[in-house]
Amino acid sequence: MLNWLQGIGHSVFASISRIGRAALFLWQCLLALSYIPQKPMLLVRQMYSVGVQTLLIILVAGIFVGMVLALQAYIVLVDFGAEESISLMVSLSILRELGPVFTGLLFAGRAGSALTAEIGLMKSTEQLSGMEMMAVNPMKYVIAPRFLAGLISVPLLTAIFMAVAILGGFFVATEMLGQYEGVFWSQMQAKVDFYDDLINGMIKSLVFGFVVVWIAVFEGYDCVPTSEGLGQATTRTVVHGSLAVLGLDFVLTALMFNV
Amino acid sequence: MKTRNLEILVGAFVVLAVLAMVMLSLKMSNLASYGDEGDVYEVTAQFENIGGLKVRSPVSAGGVRVGKVANISYNNQAFTAQVTLQLEDKYQFPLDTSASVLTAGLLGEQYVGLVPGADEENLQQGDEIELTQSALVLEQVIGQFLYSKAQEE
Repeated sequence: MLNWLQGIGHSVFASISRIGRAALFLWQCLLALSYIPQKPMLLVRQMYSVGVQTLLIILVAGIFVGMVLALQAYIVLVDFGAEESISLMVSLSILRELGPVFTGLLFAGRAGSALTAEIGLMKSTEQLSGMEMMAVNPMKYVIAPRFLAGLISVPLLTAIFMAVAILGGFFVATEMLGQYEGVFWSQMQAKVDFYDDLINGMIKSLVFGFVVVWIAVFEGYDCVPTSEGLGQATTRTVVHGSLAVLGLDFVLTALMFNV
Repeated sequence: MKTRNLEILVGAFVVLAVLAMVMLSLKMSNLASYGDEGDVYEVTAQFENIGGLKVRSPVSAGGVRVGKVANISYNNQAFTAQVTLQLEDKYQFPLDTSASVLTAGLLGEQYVGLVPGADEENLQQGDEIELTQSALVLEQVIGQFLYSKAQEE
């Protein structure tokens, strides 16, 4: 009985101290960001591994999501004789929800897990301690560039995802379903609002990027430096990152599009 | 990888994203129409019922979009809905133009249709359109239909 209670207490303390460490970590990371303008190559290198290498999966996913949406929208809307609204349905669902959320999820899976594994391996092979021994702050040299690269990359990737998905929907609507090009674009331009839809979607993507990168980098830095701990940390990055994206999406949607 | 190649790839990535953003804002949303709001004038119109008219609904004359609904409020003196129409300067209408709330298609969105009159003078900034026709509310039409049916029998 007492052991059972102790177990609960232990896990409560463990999770609280974890949150505390994550917050402190974020604070140190933000402080270390000021170092990046002196060494821009650090950022460029991370932009490559975090952003450019995620580009392919974003492009492919975007095209297919757009095409599927257009097809599904057609199947439903044709019953009401409203098939000219395909573009509206595709563009609004992409800009408001699917663009930021899909990008966040794919980023957590593709780049977030890689970040955690990379930093975790640096920790378990004692590269991070080695840096500290040489009076090089790993926060400045390892963590901050990765954090900033992710923060910049996610909105950029989201913009690309949105554009590609709408083009995919455009392709299906005009080539497969025989809609006129002009109808497709004019419906969209008439109803999609720049601030309400596009800017809100981009704000979402910024928030998702921030949270996913924070989780990824922290899990790597905080992992148990064994091969098992590293595996668990990578899993946690993907699971927690994805759940955070989905949960925050609901909160942000409720705040932005006040129903 | 060589630094140069790395920078080229990252540069291409950023340029691609900026292009996507530009395309999204200009081709896929109404940002382009925010810019040409420079030369407009506003007129008001009182409607008994505006149905589902919204701010930013189109204003059209003869099927051509000539402006948009800028503001909707309730006039507490006349007990009517007061709609402010923002018309583009290049379109001028006579003073006795009539405005009606119409529906595009059976269940489509609602818009304000203008039918020009014959007056010599044109509508100016701040004028009011006197002749208005309310929106067709489906429930009222059905109610009237049922009522007249019942009277026949």
